[in-house]
Amino acid sequence: MTVLDHPAAQTWPPDAHAPRRDPAPLLPDPEPVRVLGTPALDKLDPDLLRELYRRLVSGRRYNQQATTLTKQGSLAVYPSSTGQEACQVAVATALRPTDWLFPSYRDTLAVVSRGVDPVEALTLLRGNAHCGYDPYQHRVAPLSTPLATQAPHAVGLAHAARLRGEDVVALALVGDGGTSEGDFHEALNFAGVLNAPVVFLVQNNGYAISVPLSKQSAAPTLAHKAVGYGIQGRLVDGNDAAAVHTVLAEAVAHARAGLGPVLVEAVTYRLEAHTNADDAGRYRTPEEVAAWQEHDPLPLLERHLRAAGLLSDEEVEQAAAEAEALAAGMRTMFHVKPELDPMSLFTHVYAEPTPQLREQAAQLAAELSADAEAAAETGSEAGAR
Amino acid sequence: MTTLAPPATATMAQALNTALRDSLREDPTVHILGEDVGTLGGVFRITDGLTAEFGADHCLDTPLAEAGILGTAIGMAMYGLRPVVEMQFDAFAYPAFEQLVSHVARMRNRTAGRMPLPITIRIPYGGGIGGVEHHSDSSEAYYAHTPGLHVVTPGTVGDAYGLLRAAIASDDPVVFLEPKRLYWSKADFTPDTPVPELGRAVVRRPHTPGGGDRATLLTYGPSLPLCLEAAEAARNEGWDLSVVDLRSLVPFDDETVTEAVRASGRAVVVHESAGFAGVGAEIAARVSERCFHHLAAPVLRVTGFDIPYPPPMLERHHLPSVDRILDAVARLQWEQ
Repeated sequence: MTVLDHPAAQTWPPDAHAPRRDPAPLLPDPEPVRVLGTPALDKLDPDLLRELYRRLVSGRRYNQQATTLTKQGSLAVYPSSTGQEACQVAVATALRPTDWLFPSYRDTLAVVSRGVDPVEALTLLRGNAHCGYDPYQHRVAPLSTPLATQAPHAVGLAHAARLRGEDVVALALVGDGGTSEGDFHEALNFAGVLNAPVVFLVQNNGYAISVPLSKQSAAPTLAHKAVGYGIQGRLVDGNDAAAVHTVLAEAVAHARAGLGPVLVEAVTYRLEAHTNADDAGRYRTPEEVAAWQEHDPLPLLERHLRAAGLLSDEEVEQAAAEAEALAAGMRTMFHVKPELDPMSLFTHVYAEPTPQLREQAAQLAAELSADAEAAAETGSEAGAR
Repeated sequence: MTTLAPPATATMAQALNTALRDSLREDPTVHILGEDVGTLGGVFRITDGLTAEFGADHCLDTPLAEAGILGTAIGMAMYGLRPVVEMQFDAFAYPAFEQLVSHVARMRNRTAGRMPLPITIRIPYGGGIGGVEHHSDSSEAYYAHTPGLHVVTPGTVGDAYGLLRAAIASDDPVVFLEPKRLYWSKADFTPDTPVPELGRAVVRRPHTPGGGDRATLLTYGPSLPLCLEAAEAARNEGWDLSVVDLRSLVPFDDETVTEAVRASGRAVVVHESAGFAGVGAEIAARVSERCFHHLAAPVLRVTGFDIPYPPPMLERHHLPSVDRILDAVARLQWEQ
């Protein structure tokens, strides 16, 4: 007889081994949800679909322009979301202006889609400021570089809004690599325990820089991770903009209704390298990229909307013109050199500078003033000659 | 709500509890969160009774995950709340280090002042309580080295109350290091004393006119009572030691420290944490830079050894002692 065979072990402690809730309803969709090419497309508002299309066209152009600006030296680095635009723009259409977005560094398009000026959204990557926009203006947290560390912030903000009785959903963007981070785990666990109105959108683009998903996780899908935290999992085709919008909107509504957080995995693909500094040829084949290009979110949406008679040539041309205007605006704005004030280094370290920072600021001010005097002297000497 | 008359004497633990209670009463945006802070009242009972009085929303038992606790607090602060986080022990705060260093300390700067994070991170720290491994670390240097954080540590019962009130009221993040070996120290206590300004040191023991050869002990937190004891014992050796309680490591009160050391011409820095690249090294450098022509001897340090914190049965050999402090004072080149 083992300990477990003992009669007392069968009855005590009561219910200790019984599941506390049925996991079945939390399981994600058996296949990634698709809307394009399915009857579900007919249920969507044609205006919304056309809006998604316009945003997608502009989003693709935004990615191209940012990449070009990087090659020209206007941006220090650019992690492109080319191929992932359906996820990036659906974030904006699924959220209300009063909701909050918690992006990571590859999500500047989502930030721009929320209404942030492209130059302000790109300051981190341009290198003139860590965060060029006011997070409270469009309710977009600063871009987070340490992966998944912004996920618990989304939980805390959603929890705080709930404590204050305000109707706010927070949406955190994470990548497939980010799901391996401890912060991702802790955020989902806290979200489940607090029943916080949060949606986590994992853009599974297949690679964490060079490491493929097969080396990142042994989970059936990343969406299955939700079940372990007692929260709802969803799985969606991340290149089907109509599907991403639909699933995200459902997830946001679920969270808003107080039914708990949702983890959405959007299966997508990073068509370009990790950043301009990366060589994707070292870890993936041209055939693989070509196969995903066949499932590019932009032509996919255009094809289906045209087939359904929801998109005219004129609307396509208009969307292209809007995208060109966005790109031209970016070129113009990036042509203007950013204003840099070295003394601003000390202004926002603390609410009030410490005595030590005041001393250091005085030192820098003296150096700058000496530089300016030297420059003026050189200038006047040159003038005298 | 009944208002209890303030106790005539209180332990540091009670003073901290009173500070939290008063902060919760006065400001509904204050929210405490941490492990075991609710029903249990914290493993050191610092949050005793707060959930009962203010509800679980204001004093929340969280899952056992320090990065999650601090990360959640960041989001709450972003939405206008004023979280007070309890890390259960010094060495259990390390999982939250990335959230602290990469977000808490930088968010105001990152957002050009638009998104300040008024979070207080309470951490019981230091040894001398017979704790097993990971329960006695002095981690102040890690935090003091991170721009954007205030680092505060009380050495008296009154300061425990006043500094914690000031920390919670601060619009900057404050790492509030509680010397756990002083949790049960007792003193007269009146919570209605004015809340001190963060960043100011205080002379706990001034020189006595005609009291003997002068030197200054510079210390903070858990080592303060030890230094006061050493100063008293030093009278027998003919030394008149002043004792400066730093209270705030960041910002550092150069003014008070410089004035004290210039007056005595000799200084010893005392802290429990390892000496190498520790806070004492910074203090010694600052004193040397500012007081060089007033110094009769190099600034000496009495610190813990540069070792992992020892097992409790050996910790007394590691921790600064009155004898070790007096030995250092004796080496301040008196025979010139």
